Amino acid sequence: MGTGRKRRLHFSKIYSFKCGRNRFDDDHSQIGGPGFSRVVYCNETGVAEAASQSYADNYVRSTKYTPMTFLPKSLFEQFRRVANFYFLVTGILSFTKLAPYSAVSAILPLIVVIGATMVKEGIEDWQRQKQDYEVNNRKVKVHRGGGVFESREWKNLRVGDVVKVVKDEFFPADLLILSSSYEDAVCYVETMNLDGETNLKLKQSLEATSTIHDDSDFNHFKATVKCEDPNASLYTFVGTMEYQEQQYALSPQQLLLRDSKLRNTDYIYGAVIFTGHDTKVIQNSTEAPSKRSGIERRTDRIIYFLFFILFLMAFLGSVYFGVVTKRDLDGDRQRRWYLGPDRSDIFFDPKRAPAAAVYHFLTALLLYGYLIPISLYVSIEIVKVLQTIFINNDIHMYYEEADKPAHARTSNLTEELGQIDTILSDKTGTLTCNSMEFIKCSVAGTAYGRGVTEVERAMAKRTGSPLIVNGRDQLLDDHNDEDSTLSVKGYNFEDERVTNGYWFHEPHSDVIQKFFRLLAICHTAIPDLDEETGKVTYEAESPDEAAFVIAARELGFEFYKRTQTTVSFMELDPVSKKRVERTYELLNVLEFNSARKRMSVIVRDEDGKLLLLCKGADSVMFDRLAKNGREFEESTKEHVNEYADAGLRTLILAYRELNEEEYKEFNEKFTEAKNSVSADRDELIDQATEEIEKDLILLGATAVEDKLQKGVPECIDKLAQAGIKIWVLTGDKMETAINIGFACSLLRQGMKQIIITLESPEIIAAEKDGDKNVISKVSKESVKKQILAGKAQLTASTSDPFALIIDGKSLAYALHDDIKSTFLELAVGCASVICCRSSPKQKALVTRLVKEGTGKTTLAIGDGANDVGMLQEADIGVGISGVEGMQAVMSSDIAIAQFRFLERLLLVHGHWCYRRISSMICYFFYKNIVFGTTVFLYEAYASFSGQPAYNDWYLSLYNVFFTSLPAIALGVFDQDVSARFCLKFPLLYQEGVQNTLFRWRRIFGWMLNGLVSGVIIFFLCTRALDPESYRKNGKTAGMEVVGATIYTCVVWVANCQMALAVSYFTLIQHVFIWGGIILWYLFLLAYGAMPTSISTTAYNVFVETLAPAPSYWVVTLFVVIAALVPYFCYKAVQMRFFPAYHGMIQWIRYEGNTDDPEYVNMVRQRSIRTTTVGYTARSIARDNNLYHLNLELQAPK
Amino acid sequence: MNCTLKRDADMNEVTNGASKSKRISKKPQYSRFTQQELPAWKPILTPGWVITSFLAIAFLFIPIGLVSLFASERVVEIVYRYDQDCVPEMYRGNVTAYIQNSLTNKTCIENITVPKRMDPPIFVYYQLDNFYQNHRRYVKSRSDKQLRSAAYEFSTKECEPEARLNKSRVSVPIVPCGLIAWSLFNDTYNLIMKDKVLDINKKGIAWKSDTKVKFGSNVYPKNFQSNDLIGGGKLNESIPLSEQEDLIVWMRTAALPTFRKLYGKINTSLEAHDTITVVLENNYNTYSFGGQKKLVLSTTSWIGGKNDFLGIAYLTVGGICLFMALNFILLYVFKPRPLGDPSYLSWNRKAVN
Repeated sequence: MGTGRKRRLHFSKIYSFKCGRNRFDDDHSQIGGPGFSRVVYCNETGVAEAASQSYADNYVRSTKYTPMTFLPKSLFEQFRRVANFYFLVTGILSFTKLAPYSAVSAILPLIVVIGATMVKEGIEDWQRQKQDYEVNNRKVKVHRGGGVFESREWKNLRVGDVVKVVKDEFFPADLLILSSSYEDAVCYVETMNLDGETNLKLKQSLEATSTIHDDSDFNHFKATVKCEDPNASLYTFVGTMEYQEQQYALSPQQLLLRDSKLRNTDYIYGAVIFTGHDTKVIQNSTEAPSKRSGIERRTDRIIYFLFFILFLMAFLGSVYFGVVTKRDLDGDRQRRWYLGPDRSDIFFDPKRAPAAAVYHFLTALLLYGYLIPISLYVSIEIVKVLQTIFINNDIHMYYEEADKPAHARTSNLTEELGQIDTILSDKTGTLTCNSMEFIKCSVAGTAYGRGVTEVERAMAKRTGSPLIVNGRDQLLDDHNDEDSTLSVKGYNFEDERVTNGYWFHEPHSDVIQKFFRLLAICHTAIPDLDEETGKVTYEAESPDEAAFVIAARELGFEFYKRTQTTVSFMELDPVSKKRVERTYELLNVLEFNSARKRMSVIVRDEDGKLLLLCKGADSVMFDRLAKNGREFEESTKEHVNEYADAGLRTLILAYRELNEEEYKEFNEKFTEAKNSVSADRDELIDQATEEIEKDLILLGATAVEDKLQKGVPECIDKLAQAGIKIWVLTGDKMETAINIGFACSLLRQGMKQIIITLESPEIIAAEKDGDKNVISKVSKESVKKQILAGKAQLTASTSDPFALIIDGKSLAYALHDDIKSTFLELAVGCASVICCRSSPKQKALVTRLVKEGTGKTTLAIGDGANDVGMLQEADIGVGISGVEGMQAVMSSDIAIAQFRFLERLLLVHGHWCYRRISSMICYFFYKNIVFGTTVFLYEAYASFSGQPAYNDWYLSLYNVFFTSLPAIALGVFDQDVSARFCLKFPLLYQEGVQNTLFRWRRIFGWMLNGLVSGVIIFFLCTRALDPESYRKNGKTAGMEVVGATIYTCVVWVANCQMALAVSYFTLIQHVFIWGGIILWYLFLLAYGAMPTSISTTAYNVFVETLAPAPSYWVVTLFVVIAALVPYFCYKAVQMRFFPAYHGMIQWIRYEGNTDDPEYVNMVRQRSIRTTTVGYTARSIARDNNLYHLNLELQAPK
Repeated sequence: MNCTLKRDADMNEVTNGASKSKRISKKPQYSRFTQQELPAWKPILTPGWVITSFLAIAFLFIPIGLVSLFASERVVEIVYRYDQDCVPEMYRGNVTAYIQNSLTNKTCIENITVPKRMDPPIFVYYQLDNFYQNHRRYVKSRSDKQLRSAAYEFSTKECEPEARLNKSRVSVPIVPCGLIAWSLFNDTYNLIMKDKVLDINKKGIAWKSDTKVKFGSNVYPKNFQSNDLIGGGKLNESIPLSEQEDLIVWMRTAALPTFRKLYGKINTSLEAHDTITVVLENNYNTYSFGGQKKLVLSTTSWIGGKNDFLGIAYLTVGGICLFMALNFILLYVFKPRPLGDPSYLSWNRKAVN
């Protein structure tokens, strides 16, 4: 605690925009009115008046259900599904006389299925409950009274309690900060859990309470807070505090939000304002939009189709039944007298045949319900959960350095991973590491820095020319960074002219000095001095900023201390070779924001000179230079362009000297602006800063490299080979984006680039005029023209690969309703698409355009908060759990640590999941149709009276018992091709994109197969057994024998069909498939051994009648094989003569050709079309070019 | 599911200072199961497999087919349809009136010839046609409880409309109740050969589980067929149900509308060309619904009665498989697969076009 006091600083001036003094404004007048009725009596928990307040307690529940609501709520959820609702209705109907089977047997499978889903829900909820328990039972120090603090669980906190939170603890509720370990009562807060931002935020208490520093002071502390009611807005708070008979206004500045963390501050005291579900973070939590996969939607449609078939069958049966029933009684003449038609109840009454037919319709609906796979949905859910477990546990998608495995956050989209048509990728942090390295700079018109960027390396590789800068070695050795002596993170600057103080001997050494000083001063980083080693580390808002301070430090301008009003740094005096301490007085910080694209500080140096130091983007900075400050403009611009070419992020550095009056005038205006609380406050501030940030003198430019992540080009190459289109959506400059495109093989030489931009002269001319309408009209026309021209180019040549590059401004117009379809057509025709300078909203819009325009599955991948919209819009959002916080991950469906894992995620897991799910669903339909067909055909032979040949329990256990497990095993374990081959033959992925495994043809093929099998089974069985005796003892087969035999055949066929369809037999498959069959016999034995009142027609049926009859076994053998032969023939022909791509790979593996590179290449490369991207395509394109060149050379001779 | 927990744990660790406590690595544990690398058999339908399986099926099926056909051939079966012949000429116009009139003489005498020597046991069946014993109303119309035990005499709920009888204003249960029992088949056959009555043994024609368990030895027929409407046969009220094997056989409902039921057994052998005189009582009404009635005498083999279907079917499928095997051999020899040609793939075909 003691150490904290050393650094008691007043930072309020640094965070100039944030810490305005609070005033009463309009909002505060609403207090006490509607929406602002909360009254909190701080530190008076014992007082009666306070106790009467019935605010929520601090118990937070994230569970979906409570023990009370679990049953009704989860049941309701279950029965919202059409199929489940249908089974519920049939379940209820089965209690009536309509039912062709006993109610228990009908209800049991439903209970099993619903129960399984509910157990799953319950387990998930229980996990949440455990987590809740942990959170709610965390301890915090609470004022008990008499100045004594005691530990109390979070859940027992009450509104008005005074708590003490120490360093690195989470806030238990929304607190009003009263004081902190710092004298000016500020504290640092990390809000990662709220908004994903990793930088620290500053909060400060009211001055009135800032003097409280001791536990005992709270003995007599009393205050009343009146404030707004709980709401979800994280950044607003309106309230007043009455303390020592004075009113103070409260702002968000005093509110510490639950789930954020106290950092760099030893302790704070705070009063609890909102508890539990009233806290802003909990109010803010909303359910992410739920996504459903295309396969599931199609499955729904098939279910509806089956329902249609079901109703049709029931209808036809009822009509027939009605007719036949009516004929039974003709006046006094009874036809089928043994049915007693003259004395019949309503269900069979010939006199009321239409009514009987209607009732029969209901009965038939119950009976044919076996067409609908009751356990399909629950099986899909189980399978998907297991699939996500496989994804989470994949060792190849585990990122060692960050200790992060892949994490599938939703389990309902796994098969969609196998159908991605287009990937929309963010650049920074996704393709690149987002760890910035200071690599080059241009000072006073001279370029420094000999580092070679990866883009340069890639470009050198591309052109085949050796790098001139550092010789050839660097080109060959890609990993020289690791061996390099310069192992400082964020710094990769090499230039002996500048390092070690040699800059002093350079021509413009004064400019260089100013340049590095600016880097050391103009920032908002906070130094952290390790007192033992003397090393300084920095905490900065962005990696760029950190890179600058680190670079300054490494070059001898070591920023080490920041106080309330000063910035101190050590400087190596080039003359005396000594380290000199310099302290600049910090007057103002003009912060960075995306509109300004620059930041400045105003300081007074040791000589009392006033300086404005400014750094910013080239687009805004060059306009702000003074006439006499443009000395190095040309060469700097040139360098900046070069840097951009090399894929670097550039900033322009400039400064300006101010005179006292100028500053005074500015300061007044600025202070006024930032103290104003009106809506146009930001505008006022911008105006004030605009006026001072001009007439700058150019110093130079910095270049920071954002390195490509490991394996990105290879991954993109694989994805491109798989036929996946990759779009890059980035906020970067066009040049940078293009270069990254080259570096990661999205672009290559010889590709025709279609560039759509609004940087053309006429647009600029129109912009000068300034009429907004004219600008937008002209711009739109221009964009349209460019798009059409691009399309014309595209249609003119079909063999050339095209790349489309479009900037944000043009994109805004291209996304207009009238041209967006044309734009999409153009974009789809191009091999790669890069959208630069695009805003988060544009990213989401582009994603939606692709998703809806092409109707294909899209995947968005990104790491930052700016990608959230895109991730939520896409069919699948993949978040990179990188450095930019958790926000992207929180809104993603699947989180991975590195872009390169996408390869495995899609090509291996995606393909498998897609294949498994689609095969499993097809199989489900197959087995139910086989069964349903036999039921229906038997009906036809029972004059559609609604009598099944099967015992009730055979009927009900078919789906859940004898056939489900193999299907689930298929869905979980099947592999057409091993992971190695999935990656080796990426084109395999197209099976999912083209949806070959789940198109209507295949689904109906399976259904037809089911129908054929069912018909074969039914007719062969009945013909073979009836009407002669089927045993040596002369007894004939009754209904129970025929039913059990047919059923045996159905179980055998369904399971053996599975065995034929599976291409990956593990022990589990064997157990489930053969186990399913054995289970049936065991069931028959066990069920038959039960008393007749339970087993009814199945009593002893196996032991006494079936097993001793050779014909039973002969018929089973025959029927099973006969029913499978058609499929077997089909598969044999298809596998040999028309193999699908996975079939070819299986052949390759089988024939042992996998190690024959030429052969493998043949299979693989035929698939690569000229329009593909990736370096494989690139090398092929190069070979082709050489080939063509040779041809051309030969031609003249 | 656990991952949220893990994240939380992670936060705690950061709280405690990451450097101090050694972090538990979140690296997934390697196991062949989680990495989906379980040892597996990956069959593909190679020519060898395909041909072998077809040949195997063929070589399995053809002998089985031959054996069953042979067995079926050895069975001697006499089927004699009598439902039309046994109606006197004068009633041919109105058969229903004839059959429903209890006063008409229903006796009918016909001769049948034994085609081949028949070794005992010779089974006597009746075969009905177009009779829907599997109609739901019919199947359900019985009370298993009542059949099983005298204690449940009154549980006749499922038996409507043949459940109770109003006997002097008291509702008494019918035992056995229900439509099945009520419509009991009641034609009788007497076989006479060379002026000697062939003894038809009616014991042991029912399943053991029926006589021992499902039909009680203490349940006696009561009030059976004493309604105005008389369905089929009557029962001797002094014999318990468990010994009324005709009833028991009848009550095992048939699966299909054409069915045979065991009538009895003959334990003497019949020589070829023997003439048997059948004296039958044509009581049962199948005329109103147009059903046929047949008398069947048949021997059995291991496969059961005379049924060529199974043998022929086996031979057919075996033959088809043999044919397929030959075809595949020819295909594989003369038309080798264009290996690894992706232009066969649907999407490439599209692209080419």
